[in-house]
Amino acid sequence: MAKTDALQGSLDLLVLKILSRRAPLHGYGIMTAIEEISGDALRVEEGSIYPALHRMEEAGLVRAKWIEKSNGRRARSYEMTARGRKQLTSEEARWTAVTSAVQRVLKLA
Amino acid sequence: MYEPNTDVIQGTLDMLILKTLSLEPMHGFGIARRIEQISRGVFKVNPGSLLTAFQRLERVGWLNSEWRQTDKSRRAKFYSLTRSGRKQLEIETTNWNRRASAIARLLKAEG
Amino acid sequence: MSWIGRFTNLFRRDRLHEEIAEELASHIAEAVERGRSAGEVRKAFGNELLQRERSRDIKLVPWLDSLASDVVFGWRQLRKRPAVSTAAILSLALAIGATTAAFRLVDAVLLRTLPVAHPDRLFYLAVNYVDRDGQPDYRDDFDYPTFQKYREAVADRADLMVVGINARQDVVFGSAAEPERVYRQYISGNVFNVFSLQAALGRLIAPYDDLTTGGSPVAVLSYEYWTRRFARDPGVLGKTFRMGSDLFRIVGVAPRGFIGTEPGAVTDVFVPAMMNTEAIHSLGWSWFRIWMHPKPGFSAEQVRQLLQVFFLREHQERLKEFDSRTAKTAIKAFLNEKLLLLPAASGASDVKRQYRRPLLILAALVILVLLIACMNVGNLLAAQAAARAREMALRVSIGAGQWRLIQLVLMESTLLAAIASALGTFFASWSAPLVVSMLHVPEDPVRLVLNSGWRSLAFSVALTSLVALLFGLAPALRASGVKPISALKGGQEPPSRRRGMKALLAAQMAFCVLVQFVAGLFVASFQRLSNRPLGFSAEHVLVMDLSASQKQPLQVWMQMADQLHGTPGVQSAALAGWPLLSRNRWTEMGVRVPGKLTEGRPSYVLDVSPGFFETMRIDQIDGRDFRRGDLPPRLGASTQPLPGVGIVNEAFARVYFKGENPVGRSLWLPIAKDLSAPMQIVGYVRDAVYYDVRERVHPTMYLPMNPRQHDAFLVRTAGDPLALAPTLRSLVLKARSDFQVHTIETQSDFIRWQMLRERLLATLSLFFAIVALLLAVVGLYGLLNYLVTQQRREIGIRIALGARPTQVVRRVTTDLLAMVSFGLFLGLAGGLACGRFVESILYEVKPTDPAAAAPLLALFAAALLAVLPPAIRAVHIDPAETLRSE
Repeated sequence: MAKTDALQGSLDLLVLKILSRRAPLHGYGIMTAIEEISGDALRVEEGSIYPALHRMEEAGLVRAKWIEKSNGRRARSYEMTARGRKQLTSEEARWTAVTSAVQRVLKLA
Repeated sequence: MYEPNTDVIQGTLDMLILKTLSLEPMHGFGIARRIEQISRGVFKVNPGSLLTAFQRLERVGWLNSEWRQTDKSRRAKFYSLTRSGRKQLEIETTNWNRRASAIARLLKAEG
Repeated sequence: MSWIGRFTNLFRRDRLHEEIAEELASHIAEAVERGRSAGEVRKAFGNELLQRERSRDIKLVPWLDSLASDVVFGWRQLRKRPAVSTAAILSLALAIGATTAAFRLVDAVLLRTLPVAHPDRLFYLAVNYVDRDGQPDYRDDFDYPTFQKYREAVADRADLMVVGINARQDVVFGSAAEPERVYRQYISGNVFNVFSLQAALGRLIAPYDDLTTGGSPVAVLSYEYWTRRFARDPGVLGKTFRMGSDLFRIVGVAPRGFIGTEPGAVTDVFVPAMMNTEAIHSLGWSWFRIWMHPKPGFSAEQVRQLLQVFFLREHQERLKEFDSRTAKTAIKAFLNEKLLLLPAASGASDVKRQYRRPLLILAALVILVLLIACMNVGNLLAAQAAARAREMALRVSIGAGQWRLIQLVLMESTLLAAIASALGTFFASWSAPLVVSMLHVPEDPVRLVLNSGWRSLAFSVALTSLVALLFGLAPALRASGVKPISALKGGQEPPSRRRGMKALLAAQMAFCVLVQFVAGLFVASFQRLSNRPLGFSAEHVLVMDLSASQKQPLQVWMQMADQLHGTPGVQSAALAGWPLLSRNRWTEMGVRVPGKLTEGRPSYVLDVSPGFFETMRIDQIDGRDFRRGDLPPRLGASTQPLPGVGIVNEAFARVYFKGENPVGRSLWLPIAKDLSAPMQIVGYVRDAVYYDVRERVHPTMYLPMNPRQHDAFLVRTAGDPLALAPTLRSLVLKARSDFQVHTIETQSDFIRWQMLRERLLATLSLFFAIVALLLAVVGLYGLLNYLVTQQRREIGIRIALGARPTQVVRRVTTDLLAMVSFGLFLGLAGGLACGRFVESILYEVKPTDPAAAAPLLALFAAALLAVLPPAIRAVHIDPAETLRSE
C-alpha cells in the first residue's frame, strides 16, 4: 500500500519525465524505465499505468501511435505533446515544493 | 480538463501527523496549524482528512487520545504518540526518504 | 476530443475496443518475454475486463444511444429533490413568463412589421422642432392641403400616401336605432396598392375612390371587424352605414392580419381620405400622417431632400402671415424646423411613440430579472452538483467522461427550463393582456394584437434553450471537473468552485440593485407626480362632452348648466371649451402688456363660464368670477377690435406683473393678424395645471365663452360622479332634443390617463423589483445554507477544537457579505450610469436623488435576514454529532 500511495500524486510526473527523454515508449517500456532508473525503489502497478496514460492522452498531454515491432507485433507507443511539456514543468515545481515542505516538517526536532 | 492531484498525499499526511505529535501532545486544530505553518502553506490540511487520519491512526494503535482543557479553558481532544507510533514514524520516514530520493534521482537523471 | 471525433467513435467502438485489448495483450506478451508468467501479470492488472472498461470509457462516450435514458435520469433527479426543483422551476417560470410577456408587448408595439409589401421601403414624414421648454421633439401629423402640395412636389419620384390617424366614430348600420362605435382610418386611394394587399372579399379602396371631395362614399372593413361584427358574412358587401352626414357602402374586406398602420390601435373601417370633406381644404386640420414609398431608382433621402427644400419655401411663405410683433426667437425656431423621414416598417402610432422607451426599459429590467433567476437556479444546481460530488466522482472513476457528465447535468437543466417555460408561457398568456388592459383608457382602449403565433413560440424556445445553457453550463462544467479521488475521500471541493458561486452571487446582487434602483426611481417619480398639487380638485367632477346640432348662444348653454345644477346630488355646474388636462390647449403667443416688451412668451387660454372656478375648486385670490354678459376681447362686426375681460393666474401675474395683483390692469390680446383688442383683468386665481400633469404651470388666461356648437360641461357632485351620469344624460336629452351627449367621463379619468405611463412603469418595475429581491434573497440564503452544509464537518471540528461562535459566524459570512456589498456597489454604479437613459421619463426625480438609495437599504436588510438562519445553524452545529456521523 505504501508504494502506491507514494506514487499517487507522482505517477503522471514520472511518466511525463520518462517520455520527455525516451519517447516514443509503449506502456510496458515506461513502466520498466521508471523501475530501472529508480533502482527498483519505485514500482508501478500495472493496473494503474494504462488508465493514467489514457487519461493523459485524453487531456492532450501525450499522444499515441501504433509502432510495428521487429517481431511483427504492434505496440502502442506514447510521446509527449507541447502541452505535456508544460504540465511536466509545473508538476516538477510542485513536487519540489512538496518534498521540501515535508523535509522541513521531518527536520523538526 | 486535466487537473493534477493537489491533495497532501495520504501516506505522507500520516507521517506528518506522527512527526508533529512526536514533539508534544497536541489537539487537532494545533496539529493542522503546525503542519500548515512549517510547510509554509504548501500543505492545506483538510480538517476532514485530518479527522479520518486521527481515527485510523488511533485504531491501529499509533496514537492515544484524551480530552483535556486547552489554554483557553475549553475541552478539546489531545493526541499523543504511542511507542508503536514512534516506531512507525521511523519506518515511514525511512520509506519516504527512499522514495523521495528515488523520484529526485529519476527527475535529475539524464538520458 | 471534438464532438465529431466523439461521434465517429460511436461507430468505431468495436475497433477501439480491439485496440485497447491489443495494447494490453502486447503488454502481457512483453512481460512474458522478460520472463514473467502471464498469469502473474494478469493478476497484477487486476480484473482485466474492468481494466478494459476503464480505459475504453475514457475514450468512448456512448452519446446518442443514451439521450433517452438521460431524460429519464434527469427527470428522476428532479423528482428526487422536490423542494429545490420546485423553487427552481417556479422562479424560472416567473422570470420566463415575465420575459415572454415583455417580448409580446415589445413585439406588438415596436417590432412586428406590417404585413405589407416592402415594409422597409415605407417611411412617414415628421417635423422636428424645439418645444416651449427648449426640448427637441417631433410631430407627425399633417393637414390635407400640405399633403396635396407635397404630392405635387415629389411627382413620380415616390408614392405619397395619406394615412389618417385612427379615431373612433359613431356609425349607424342600416336602419339600426343605436349608433355603434367603430375605429376608422382615412386613407388615400393608393395605400392598398402600394401595400400590395389583396381583398379578402370584394375589393379594396382604389385610386379612383379618392379623386373628388366627398365623391366616393365607400368603405372597406378589416378582416377582424368583419369577423367580430358580421361573423364573416359575405352578404356584408353592399350594406350601408351612416357616418357623420354621409352614407357609406361597404365594398370589401381587407386581408386577414392587416388591421391598420398603428400599433396599439385596430382599425375597423377604412374610408377614402377625400371623404373627409372638412379636412380637404382646412389648413391646420392635422389629423393625417403622410407616408412615403420611394419609387424604384429613388432613395428615401433623395425624396426627403426634395421635400425639405419645398418645406423651407413653404415655411418662409407662412412666415409672411405671422403677426408682425412675433418674437424673433419664435421665428428662428420656426425656421429651424426640419422635415424628417421615419421608418414605417412596423407602423406609426402615438402608443408606439409614447411607450417605446418605457417598454424598452421594462424589457431591460425583465432581462435582468431573468438573469438573476438563471444565476439562482445555476447556484442551486451547483450546490446540488457539489452535494452530488460523490455520485459524480463514482461516475468518473467508472470511466464516465467529462462530456458525459456535462450532458447529464445539461439534460437536467433543459428539463427544468422546459417545464419552467411551459409554466411561464402560461403566466405570460395571462399577464401580457393584463398589462395591455392597464394601458386602457375607458373611452379609448389600447387595442394591441398580442402575437401568440410562431413568433412568440420561437422566442420561448430560443429563450428556454438560452436559459438552460445559462444556468446549466456552470454546474455542468463543475460536475465534470470533479476529482474522483478527493471527492470519494469525502474531501471538500476546491475553493475555486465556491469562488465561482460567490462571483455569481455578486453579479446577482448587482443586477438586483440595478432593478431596485430603477424601480425606485419610477416609483418615486409616480409618487411625486401623484402628489403634485394640481391647483384644482378633480374628485367628484363629471365631464360631459356635448354638442348641439348648430351653434347656440351662450344663453342656451347656461340654461342647461342651470338645469344640471338643479339636479339633486349636483353641487355646481359650469362650462368650458374643454376640460383641464384633456390634452387640448389653446396657446397665445402675442399677449402684450403696456410698458412690457413682448417676449413671445406663450400663455394658455381657456374659455370658461361663470362658476368654473367654483366647480373646479380653483381659489380666487382677488377680483371676481365671470358674470353672465361678460365678453372676451373680440372682433366687432365692422372688423374693429372690441374690448373684453379676462381672469389670469399667478404664473401670469409673475411673468407680466412682477407677481403683483393684476386685477384692474389691462393688456392687449391678438384677435386677428396684426390686430389686438384690450382685455381688462377682472379676476386673479391660483395656479392650476392646464395641459399636462408633468408640466410646470404656465401663464394662463381664462376668457368668457363665445357662442358655440360644442362644449364640455363640468359637474361637481356630492357623491360618486359616475352614479349620476345616466340621470344627467337623460336630463340633457329630455331638455334639448337637438343636443348630443358624446362622452361622460370623470375629471379623475383624465389625470389617471395622463399618468398611465408612470403608473405602468411604477407598477411593473415594482413588481420586477420584488421578484428580483425575492430571487436574490432566496439565492443568498441557498448559497449560505449550502456553504454551511458543505463545511459542516469543518465547522464542527473547529467548534470541537475551541473556536468561538463569533469566529464561526464570521468565517461563514464574511466573504459572502463582502460579495453582497461588492454587488451592491456595482449595481449602484450601474444604476447611476443607466440613470441618464431613464431620466427623460422621470418626474422631478434624479438618479442621484437620495430617495433612490432607499431600495438599497431594503436590499441590505433583506440580505442580512437571508444570512441569519444559516449562520445560526452554523453556530448550533453539534460537533459530537458531526464527528460521529463521519
